[in-house]
Order: sequence, then structure tokens, then C-alpha cells
Amino acid sequence: MNDFDSHWLTRPATIRKLWWGFSIVLALTVAAQLFVDVKGYFGVDGWFGFGAVFGFSSCLVMVLVAKVLGFFLKRSEDYYTSGDDDV
Amino acid sequence: MFELLPPPLIMVAGAMLIGITRGHWRSVIVLGTPLLTLWAIWQIPDGVVATVDFLDYPIEPIEGSPLRRLFATIFSLMAFGGGLYSFRQARWYELSAAFIYAAGAIGVSFAGDLITFFLYWELMALFSTVVVWCGGTPEAGAAGVRYAIMHLLGGVILKVGIEGVAIHTGSVDVRPMLATNFDTWMILAGILINAAAPPVSAWLSDSYPESSPTGSVFLSAFTTKTAVLALILLFPGEPVLIGIGLFMVMYGIIYALLENDVRRILAYSIVNQVGFMVCAVGIGTEMALNGAAAHAFAHILYKALLFMSAGAVIYRTGFSKCTDLGGLFRTMPLTAACGIVGALAISGFPLTSGFTTKTMISQAAADESLVFVYFMLAAASAGVFLHAGIKFPWFVFFQKDSGLRPKDAPWNMAAAMVLLSVLCILLGVFPNLLYAYLPYPVDYVPYTAGKVLFYLQLLLFSGLAFFLLLPLMKRTRTVTLDFDWLWRVLLFRMARAIYAAVAALGMALKTRVGNGLVAIRVRAGILFGAELTQAGVFARTWSIGTTALWIVVLLTAYVLVYVL
Repeated sequence: MNDFDSHWLTRPATIRKLWWGFSIVLALTVAAQLFVDVKGYFGVDGWFGFGAVFGFSSCLVMVLVAKVLGFFLKRSEDYYTSGDDDV
Repeated sequence: MFELLPPPLIMVAGAMLIGITRGHWRSVIVLGTPLLTLWAIWQIPDGVVATVDFLDYPIEPIEGSPLRRLFATIFSLMAFGGGLYSFRQARWYELSAAFIYAAGAIGVSFAGDLITFFLYWELMALFSTVVVWCGGTPEAGAAGVRYAIMHLLGGVILKVGIEGVAIHTGSVDVRPMLATNFDTWMILAGILINAAAPPVSAWLSDSYPESSPTGSVFLSAFTTKTAVLALILLFPGEPVLIGIGLFMVMYGIIYALLENDVRRILAYSIVNQVGFMVCAVGIGTEMALNGAAAHAFAHILYKALLFMSAGAVIYRTGFSKCTDLGGLFRTMPLTAACGIVGALAISGFPLTSGFTTKTMISQAAADESLVFVYFMLAAASAGVFLHAGIKFPWFVFFQKDSGLRPKDAPWNMAAAMVLLSVLCILLGVFPNLLYAYLPYPVDYVPYTAGKVLFYLQLLLFSGLAFFLLLPLMKRTRTVTLDFDWLWRVLLFRMARAIYAAVAALGMALKTRVGNGLVAIRVRAGILFGAELTQAGVFARTWSIGTTALWIVVLLTAYVLVYVL
């Protein structure tokens, strides 16, 4: 198992590089808006970096909503199969 | 009667032959039947091909149109892809049932009247249940029963609507209508049950993940997408669909985020994707309907691809939970790569089929100035990347090292995955291949620099959100309650409570009321002489003398009363 753990993709050094690469790509997609005109349909969606902010914040909201709902709706895996409550 | 072979019957014949052939012959049948069907589909001209009279109604088993051919094409392609994926692994009866199921979907596609439509609709319900049962576990058996109940109930509701429309309008033609009265509402409800619309969407995430690794590939393709076709044919521009669609979109994302079972994540994302299509049908413009049809076509390919990738993992490892999987990219690189292509396509990444089709729906919303709908769909696109685009490949193929070192997918599964991956990218790079076959002329350019940049920002920053919020998304060994809790638990408990109450009432009757009844019976016995040994008061034999005496007394009384 240990020899597989040293797979190049899982090394901390590689993961650091991936984060760097990913961050640069993210920065580039926003910076590109200086040169490419994003023609928004409703004005606001043409603002600088709108896609980035909107994408990030809507994901944040969805994850948090899921977290809160999960607090009420999550049950143990055998919820339906344990006991005599179900077929 | 028919100048050409009806495509659904070819599939049914193929399904029969699967049962009686063996070995290579069966492989030939499995792979050849869908291709023959595909050929037959393209022989069907526009308009009604044949009419048969039944109970004074003209039955039109086959009616061609670009939209119908498009859906039938993807259904037969999917039967081929699914057949290729499973012909060496699945049992013959699963393949056979899956082919009749596909025949039902193709039959619905060409149904020119509501009666034919209903028959094929029910054929799908029956044989998809068999496919669920082919999961072979007790859980699959129970889920299959719940699935069957839901679909038969949906069928009854649909039938009520069809009867009503037939009687009140005198026509059973499949033609656009709006949900304005009881009949049309019933039809709409019956179709929406198959589209996994709220509040009954739970049948989908309940049953699909319980089927076999090969069965879920077939299940993912047909039922919900025939419902989308039915909505396009019967309810284009029905405003209520916009709200239902948006609900489905968000529901799918939230539940997929909470889920631990790999195929259940994908099942929730079917609801999410069908939500996009339902919403588009609700918008109802030519652009929107084109978008719904195109998205259904693309969705079937990438969702089947995702289910194939998940199925290969389950087939090789026997595990289906995120908490058990992880790190499989080491030994299943091809399955991982194909899964990632499917994940990118469902997320609508540029150069994949998701981008060229889903953005049409957003465009349609923008064209109609539906600001709220547009931004909800944009947020949902980000959410799709979150729950399916990254979550699925991340937890299955990367994440932690689970220690599992399975072999990569068998060659036929791999071939099917590569085929669908190629199609996903092909439709993304050359969207006109699909646009040419859409029901309305396409006036849409998917690739403009601004649009690509907007979606890249949207998606990549969703990716950032995923990795930053990863601690919040730690997988737990849980299930999430859904509306089906109402009938799986609440209704069950209520039934049990009512049963207990009735039993208690019975006992009370036996004791309290019973005692009273016994007392009355005893008294009656005394009066009427139920006992043979001693006659009752009114049943005794009296002597003549006593009778004469009573008559004298009564007559005296009468005379006295008369005189006085």
C-alpha cells in the first residue's frame, strides 16, 4: 500500500503545484475579462468578475443550505432497513 | 398494413430472441437489434404513417416528426451503448427486459395518439421494474415494488386524464394542450411522475441505485427522458413547468451534496438535469424547446457515461459508497478518464455536449427576460459542477487511498465508455451535428468569447468553492429523508396505529359490549324460551281452561268499558 501512496499525483509537492497552477488559471479567467467583453443579458452579469463571484457564492450558499438541511434530514444508513418500519 | 417495420416491434423481437439464443448469436442480437431499429427509425417519414380504428378512435401507432425521430434515435443509440456495456456481464433476462423497456420508450416517441402512447408508457413501467429487480438483492426487490407502485399509480392518473380528454374533446390525438381543466391536469401529473417531479421524485433515487451496475445504465436513459418528450409534445409553454423545473434543479443539487452512495448522487443529478429540461418546456419558445430536446439528447449520453463509469467501479470493487471508495485512478485510469469526461459534460464545460445544449436553455430564458429563471439556472450550472462535476470523480477516483486496487473495466464496458465519451466531446466541438436535427431551425451560436469566459469563471470558481468547502462535505454513512418518508414511514406507522386501534376496539367489543349482549341473550332466553328444557314465558303451552278464563276476563273488561 505504501508504494502506491507515493504515486506522483498524491505527493504533497505535486498537490502544492496543482494549487498554484489552479490559482493561476483562476486569476487568468478573471483577468481575461479585461480583453474579452462579456456581454451580459441583464447588465449585472456583464460586470467584471461577475461569473467568478456568482459561481463561488452560489456554491457556498448551496453547500450551507445542504449542511443545514442535512442536520434535519440525515439518518443512519440502515434507517429504512432496521426495525420493522419497512418492508 | 405497414409498409415498414415499426421500430418498437423490432426491439421487442430482439428482446425475445435474446431469450432463446446463446453465445455469439446472442451477442449479435444484442448489438444488432438497436442498429436495425435505428435504421428503421430513419425510414419513418413525417406525419402519420398508418391509422387503425379502435373503439371509434383513430389509432396512429406511428407518427413521424423531427422531434420524435431525435428522441427515438437517442433511445436506440442508448440501447446499443447499454447493450455493448453489458452484453458480457448482464444476465439474459436483464438485457431482454431492458430492450423491451427501450422499445416502450421508442414506441412513446412515435405514438400519434394517446391510447398508443399509454400502452407503450405502461410497457416501460413494467419492464423497467423488472430491470430494477435484476439488482438481485432484497433491497432491490423492495425498491422495485415501491417503484412499480409509484409508476402504476402514475399510469392510473395518466389514464384518467386520457379518458377525460377522449370523452370531452372526442379526440385522442397527441397534440399541444395546456393544463386548464381536470383532464389535462391529470395527464400532466401522470407525466410529471415519470419526470421525477416533486413531491414524488424519490422513486428515482430510491430504485436506480439498487439495480445492477449494468441495469442502472439503461434506467438512467429512458423513463425521465420520455417524460420530457411527452411534455414537449403535450405541454409546450405550460407556465407551471418553469417553477417545477427550478425546484427539481435545486432539489437535485442539494440532495446530491448530502448523498454518500455514488449512484444515488448520479440519480439525484438526473432529477437536477431533467429540471433544466422541464423548465425549458415551460418557457416554451422555439429556442427553449430546441434546448430541451438537445439537452435531453446530450444528457442521455453523458449521464449513461457517468453511470457506466460508476457501474464499472461497482462491478470491479463491489462497493458503492464514497466512504468505501477513493484513489481508484491508479488502477482504473480509463474508467476514471471516461468518468471525468462525463462529469465535465454534465457540468457544461466548453467543448463538451453539456455546454452546447444547456446554454440554449439559458439563452431562451434570457430572450424571454426571465431574470430570476436565468440566474437560478446559472447558479444551478455552478451547482452541477459542484455535486456531479467534481464530487463524483473526486470521491470515487481521488480523495483518499482506499487501498482498493481493482482491475480496469472489462473491454466491452471500456468500449462503451469510450464510445460515449467520444460522442460527448464530438457534440461539444461540432454542435451543428446535433443542431441540424432539432425540431426548429437553430439560430444560436454557442461559442462566443464572452459566453465561454463567463462559464469558465462560473465553473472554475465553483471548483475553488468545492475544494475550500471540502471539510463541510465530509462523507457520512447516512441516507437523507425525502418525501417518500411520508409513505415509507409515516403512512406505515399510521396504518399500524389504525390496525392496533381496530384490534383494541374489537377486544373492547368482545368484553364490554359482549357482556351486555350475553345478558340480553340470557333474558331473551328466559322470555322466549331459547332453552329446550324449559320453555319461555311466551312459549309455554297453556291449558284450554286458562285460555277460556283469560277470554272471559277480557270480554268483561270490554263490556264494562263499552257500557261506561
